[in-house]
Order: sequence, then structure tokens, then C-alpha cells
Amino acid sequence: MANAKIQGKILLDYGSGGRASHRLVNELFLAHFNNPFLAAMNDAALLDIKGPVAVSTDSFTVDPIFFPGGDIGSLAVHGTVNDVAMLGARPLYLTCGFIIEEGLDFEVLERIVVSMAAAAKEAGVVIVAGDTKVVNKGAADKIFINTTGIGEVITTPPPSGHRAAVGDAILLTGSMGDHGLAVLAQREQLSFSTQVKSDAASLNRLVERLMLEVGDIHVLRDPTRGGLGTTLNEIAAQSGVALLVEEDKIPVSAAVAAGCSFLGLDPLYLANEGKFICILPEEKALAALAVLRSDPLGVQACRVGEVTAPAGTGTVGRAGQVVMKTRLGGHRLLNMLEGEQLPRIC
Amino acid sequence: MDILAGFRDPALCRGMIEKITAEADKPFRFMEVCGTHTVAIFQSGLHSLLPKEIVHISGPGCPVCVTHESEVAAFLDLASMPDVIVVTFGDLMRVPGPKSRTLKTAQAEGGRVEVVYAPNEALNIAQANPKAKVVFLAVGFETTAPTIAATVKMARQQGIDNFYALCFHKLVPPALRVLLADPETAVDGFLLPGHVSAVIGLEPYQFMATEYNAPAVVAGFEPLDILEGLHQLLAMRREGRPKIMNCYRRVVTAEGNPKARAMMYEVFEPCDALWRGIGLIPGSGLRFTKEYEAFDAVKALGLVITEQKPLPGCRCGDVLKGKMRPDQCPLFKTACTPATPVGPCMVSTEGSCAAYFKYRLEG
Repeated sequence: MANAKIQGKILLDYGSGGRASHRLVNELFLAHFNNPFLAAMNDAALLDIKGPVAVSTDSFTVDPIFFPGGDIGSLAVHGTVNDVAMLGARPLYLTCGFIIEEGLDFEVLERIVVSMAAAAKEAGVVIVAGDTKVVNKGAADKIFINTTGIGEVITTPPPSGHRAAVGDAILLTGSMGDHGLAVLAQREQLSFSTQVKSDAASLNRLVERLMLEVGDIHVLRDPTRGGLGTTLNEIAAQSGVALLVEEDKIPVSAAVAAGCSFLGLDPLYLANEGKFICILPEEKALAALAVLRSDPLGVQACRVGEVTAPAGTGTVGRAGQVVMKTRLGGHRLLNMLEGEQLPRIC
Repeated sequence: MDILAGFRDPALCRGMIEKITAEADKPFRFMEVCGTHTVAIFQSGLHSLLPKEIVHISGPGCPVCVTHESEVAAFLDLASMPDVIVVTFGDLMRVPGPKSRTLKTAQAEGGRVEVVYAPNEALNIAQANPKAKVVFLAVGFETTAPTIAATVKMARQQGIDNFYALCFHKLVPPALRVLLADPETAVDGFLLPGHVSAVIGLEPYQFMATEYNAPAVVAGFEPLDILEGLHQLLAMRREGRPKIMNCYRRVVTAEGNPKARAMMYEVFEPCDALWRGIGLIPGSGLRFTKEYEAFDAVKALGLVITEQKPLPGCRCGDVLKGKMRPDQCPLFKTACTPATPVGPCMVSTEGSCAAYFKYRLEG
């Protein structure tokens, strides 16, 4: 796996377009991503896709670049694959752009590329185009990766944030906050960092089974940045409905709950990279849960709430609001945050 | 096994709510004096479950919220000084100062601001940046003061000479005295802060019962802790025997933590302090003792703390003193939102306005 020809640090030369760049492309990217689209070495990849196409792009700047449960490379694949999948589409192709800070160890870059290749293979997607830029030290933090995903839409109409309908059930595929807390704990070298692992994973195969075996899925969303709280608010606003979720139904691991309690953070606003929300007609909920729970990525799947007609009285929210029934049986808003969560003073 | 699970048990909590409901035969206004209580009451849904006779008022218990405008302006000035690294707990990042500037905007303008989870991380930053002056923003109550005192002592032991603290600490009991002396506040009972009490013990609160006939209970932060505290407050009113009770015995002892206090009073000494919305409260702040004044950022960096006037129309003071609910403030959700905060109560994690905005269902 290790490459004998390029060693040491990534220099500005490797992004110059000259021989050094070619060596990097040939010996690293082509070697690991290994497919005929890239091997053709043209300015663009020629793809043959029929029917409606789902496209999504995302840039990854995670710090630290290696964390329990993943790294920036695998995350750049999972994140974009999942965004494409959330349109009920089958992700086929990825492009990737690297912005690398001068001085990054080649060995680190290779680990990231190997990890991307493995994640792409597992998800069944092919990396068909790429670009590399090397910037002066300090102009970027180690490495940034952009990926764009292309997939074919497999049902019409596709799931959409606008389609949550009154009476629908809200399903969640697993525990909340693992990725966000794992990255934070690793970055800050917090003592519990070993207990919490990122959930980053490609969800496309599970989504496809859900679409084909259950069908009539109204909304699919992966609660990444901003977490479950933010994503549910987006759906409520897009669909013009009120959502009601039950706190004691939302899975949160004991380690995440303890870490959040210590830091004064709410796991419902922490990022997830291997979970999704599924909103569908109530009568389909049991069948969907059976499919989700049969897969390792959905064993903890459960029904966490329902879509309600907006009212703005008593315990029912207004259009665009998410109401949470607490463990004690009380009701409160689950609102969208203004920005990132900040640890409290005491 | 989660030892706190019992304190969150829904059935036990419901039983206690039923008891409180049965006993609350007339209105009872209780004030909690700790931001962690504020958040717990909303987050757990207790706010929506208590009978309407039990009126919940948030007091000046969020250290960020009571940081005076002049103090906010001072730390924002500090963040724009060359060669200074400001180290802070995250809560202060969005607190608005003059011209709506915050530490976030200072950071975007090139100021160096580092968010930490523990004050001793500031020492690592100081050692890693020997040419910079590293200033920790020491905002908080008796809970945080001992750990910051310990950090200052550690800096001295390790010979770290580029570490300073901007000491805006506040002490809780003097503020309680101001509230009790104000007839408009009209509070029937107090939930006292659990963490602060773990340091200071029960003695500093005795005046509340003896001089003002106000019952008060030190309570923990789980729903059952809070409900037990309310239940005891109601019982004291019924019996007409106000006293200071400790309902948080798993953490708080009557004498508090003498070691922590000794640490705190080796490095700091009481002084008069300005509280946002309340004004000057004698003996309610902490400043460096003579022995440790080399660590005082105000002296070492020649900071000038200039009087800042509150923004026109801002009613933070009335909210902090419990005279007005956040949603009764004319600026609430109109001029003042988390995106356009007029005061820190809207941006601090533990601010009462932020809690109302984030958690409270209307109608």
C-alpha cells in the first residue's frame, strides 16, 4: 500500500500541474481510486445516465482529520452519498476536490485517500473526477475535501422536505449525537473521547431497500450539522406542518448523554453522519421499521413522533414548529439554534 | 447504572407534581437564582406541568447575563489589542457589546479568541504562545472562582508570566439581599443554586430567612430535585417558618467547601461590583489580592473600564430582578432575538430570555 516514490511532505509543486502533480495523480489517486473514468485522464468524465438525476455537493473541513470511527476521507464519501440518497436516489458517481496545506505528510494524505477508496467501494460509488490544489502553509488547515455526488432517482415523486403530511409517522434510524461528540471530544482531548465513536456510514443501500420494499416515503433527511433539532425544524417549515416528537423515544447512548451533560450540550443539536429521519404514512411505519431494524445501520430504528396539523394552542405547535413531549410528560419547543452550541460556564 | 435516573423518574415526578398541585391553594411566586435551574425547568418540561398557582421567575443567576455593559466593552477592547489572546468559556462569545460587537465579530476581525472547557487550558495556550499576553475572562460566580484561583496559583508555581485574568466574578448572596430589599420583586420563596452552595455552604443565606422572612431551598438540577425544593418551599409557607433548607445533600454540605473558599480568598478578595440591569452592589465582586495582582489583566495591560450606558429600551434589569417575564419585554422576539440580541439574556445558554425563546410554547 505504501508508495515508495512519493515520500515526506506535500510541497506546493504537487499542485503546480507539472510533473510533480502528475506523479501525485498517478501514484496516489489513480492507484487507489482505480477506475476507467479516471484512467482515461481526460478533462472531464463521460457519464451515461438516464432519467432524473440527483446531485449534491459538500465540503469537508473537519478538525481533527482522524477521529474515532472515521476520518475526513471516509466522511467526504459518506456525507455526499447520504445527501444524494436522501432524495431516494441511487448514488453512482462522486467527484472530489482536494485543497491541501503545504507540508502535509504524504503518509497522511495516502491514509485519507485509501479510506475514501474503501468508503466509495463499500457504498458502490465510483470516483470519476478529481482535482488537487496545494496552498501555502496557513492558507488551509491540513486538508479540505469537496465531493459532489450524482445519483439516479428511483421513485417518483422522490422524498422531499415539503412532503410531510398530517398523520405521518416520524421514524429515526438510531442514536443521536455520536459523530458530533466524538469529533468534539477528540479535538479537545476530553477524557471520555475513547467511549464515543462517530456513526459515519453510507446509508444508500438501506435507503434503497426502504424505497423498494416499503415505498411511499414522504421525507428522508440525515440530521447532520445542527442535529435532529435543526433538521426537524427545517422539515416542519418546508412542509408547513407542526411536528410532535417524544423525548423518551429518541435514542441517545449513555456515553453521549454523559458527555453532553458534562459539557452543557444538547445531543439533539449535535451532528450525525450515519442516521436518517424517515417520514411516511402511519400505516407504513411498522413495515419500514422492520426493514430498518434488519440492517446493522438501523437496528435501533424507532418511531419518535408524528406530523400534526398546526394549531398553536395547548400542546400543538404552529406551522413550522417542533414540539417535544418530555420524559415527564410536559411539552416544550424543540427550536432551531442560532449558531453552534457553546459550552456553558458552570 | 445511572445514579441520577431516580431523580428523573417520570412516575416519581408526577407524584410530586400532584402533591404540589394539591398544596398550592394560592399563588406562590418562586425564583430560581441559577441559570442551570432555568434551563432544567424548561428542558424537562416542568414549566408546562406546574399548576398555574406556581409562578416561576428567573433571577440573576446566569453569570453571563449579569456581566455589566462596561465589563463587556472592556473584554471586547481586550480582544482587539495586538499580541493579546483572549481565552474564554464559550458562553461569552455571542454577548453583544457597544455597536453590537461580540467576541465572534472581534475574532472575525482578526482578534485571537480561544474557547476552552477548563480555565487551566489557558496556561497551555500561554506556554505555546510565549510572545502573546494570554488573558482568561474570569466571569462566573463562586462556582468558577476557585478553579480560576487554582489556575492563577498554578501559573505562579510554573513561572508562566504571560498569563492574566480579567476578574469580573460576582458573588450571589449580596445580589439576593438587593432583590429581597426591593419590594417590587415580591418573591415568596427561592430555589438556591446547587453548585454555588457546594462552595459557600448554607450560612451566607441565613439572612434571607432571619431578616426578610423568605424561605429558601438549595436544590439540585434534576426534575425531582427541583420539585422537592418547591414542595419544601410550600411547606415552609404553610407552616409560617421560613428557613434555609438543603435539599441537595448528595452534593452540598452546610459548611460548603472550605478548601475551595480558602483557594478563592487567597487569590481574590471581595470588592464592589457592577451588575447588568441592577447596578452597583457593595461587596458583590472579586478582585485580585495584593499578592496576586501581577496576574490582574486590568493593571498589567493598562485596561480602562469606561462607564457604558444600557441600550435604550432594554429591560434586562427588570427581567433579571424578576419584575418582568422575558415575554413581557417589548423587545422580546421583536428587536431582541438570538440573531439580533439586545442583551446577553437572549444569547447565554442559561439566559432566561434565551430559554423562553428556545423552549416555551405559546398559547
